[in-house]
Parts: sequence; C-alpha cells; structure tokens
Amino acid sequence: MARSLKKGPFIHYKLDQRVLANVESGKKTVIKTYSRASMISPEFVGQTIAVHNGKTFVPVYITENMVGHKLGEFSPTRNFRGHAGNKKDKKR
Amino acid sequence: MARISGVDLPKQKRGEIGLTYIYGVGRSRARQILESAGVDYDTKVNDWSDDQITSIRNSITDNFKVEGELRSETQLNIKRLMDIGCYRGIRHRLGLPLRGQRTKNNSRTRKGRRKTVANKKKATK
Repeated sequence: MARSLKKGPFIHYKLDQRVLANVESGKKTVIKTYSRASMISPEFVGQTIAVHNGKTFVPVYITENMVGHKLGEFSPTRNFRGHAGNKKDKKR
Repeated sequence: MARISGVDLPKQKRGEIGLTYIYGVGRSRARQILESAGVDYDTKVNDWSDDQITSIRNSITDNFKVEGELRSETQLNIKRLMDIGCYRGIRHRLGLPLRGQRTKNNSRTRKGRRKTVANKKKATK
C-alpha cells in the first residue's frame, strides 16, 4: 500500500540534516548511513552516500534519475557468486 | 477492413473485443475509445463506417499511447532502472523476478526454459 501523501516522503531526520548541511556548505563528503528506507529527495543529487548493506557501507553516487527511490535499492544485501562449476558466472 | 495504428483488426468480432488486438488497449480502454467515438460496443468491426473508423482512430491518438510508442516507453523505463543500478534494475539484468518472488523453483516466466545441470549430486543419506 502506498504511503499517505499527508506525511510526505520518509527521510531519516539526521540524514536529512547532514545532507542539507553538506549542500549548504558545498561540500561533497561521503555520508555514512544505516537508513536504507530513506527516500532520495532532489537535494541529494550530486552527493555520495554510503549505504549500509548489513556488512559494509556501499558508496552510492546520487544522480537525478534516482530521485524517488529508496537508498536501500542501491546497496544489495545479497551477493550471489554463481553456482559451482558455472564458468559463465565467474567474470563477475 | 479496419486498420488502426498499424494493426489489422479481426473483422468478425465485436468492436469492444476487436480493439483489444491493439497493444495497449484492453477491454476497459476499448470501451472508453468507443464511447468517445460514439460507436456502439456491439457493432462488428466489419460494420463500422469510414466516419466511425476515423473518429475511433482520432480518439485513440488523442488519448492513449499504443503499439510502438508504448513499447519503446516501457523499454526506456526498464533501461532507466538498469542504468541507475537499483535492485529492480539488477534483477532485470539477471533475468530474475523483480518483486521478491521465490526463485528456488518456479518463476519460469522470467528465467525461461529449464536448464538441466549435468551430474547434479543427489542428496546423500
């Protein structure tokens, strides 16, 4: 079910603060976050955000196309290496 | 014969059904089109007059994206997902289901025909 429009998009408030501070000062520091559920808002564009995948922080450079998606979509939590003896999968 | 947006419509069928042969038109859109063109749902495709055909054509081009245009739009949407590297895009690349369905078995629509693995070990007791 879709989220109520009344509430607006969910962005973790501390993450939002840090991104806005970054934008204001024109810095491009990498922001680490666990908040995979946060929506990418237009202010995020051009920033790099390191999104936790349960093990490491995956750096994600935000482009315009990504607005409206959640941060977690860009930081896969599973790493499938292919089945044993399947040579085609090896290159990844 | 009625040829609308590059598709030959079946002659024998009722207008409402015949229009669904166009990609992007299902039953409810077919009804909307016929309503705005002022044609009865039950008129056979064969029995449409030239005026009716033109008004149907116009009401489709004015209101809906169909056929090639719609196909290319869907392709673009998929390409966008793949380019930004989000979860759904990755699943598109791998040819696996996007919406969290199980892949241990089934999901043959996305995965295609079964690929048998030679010498697959049976579980040992």
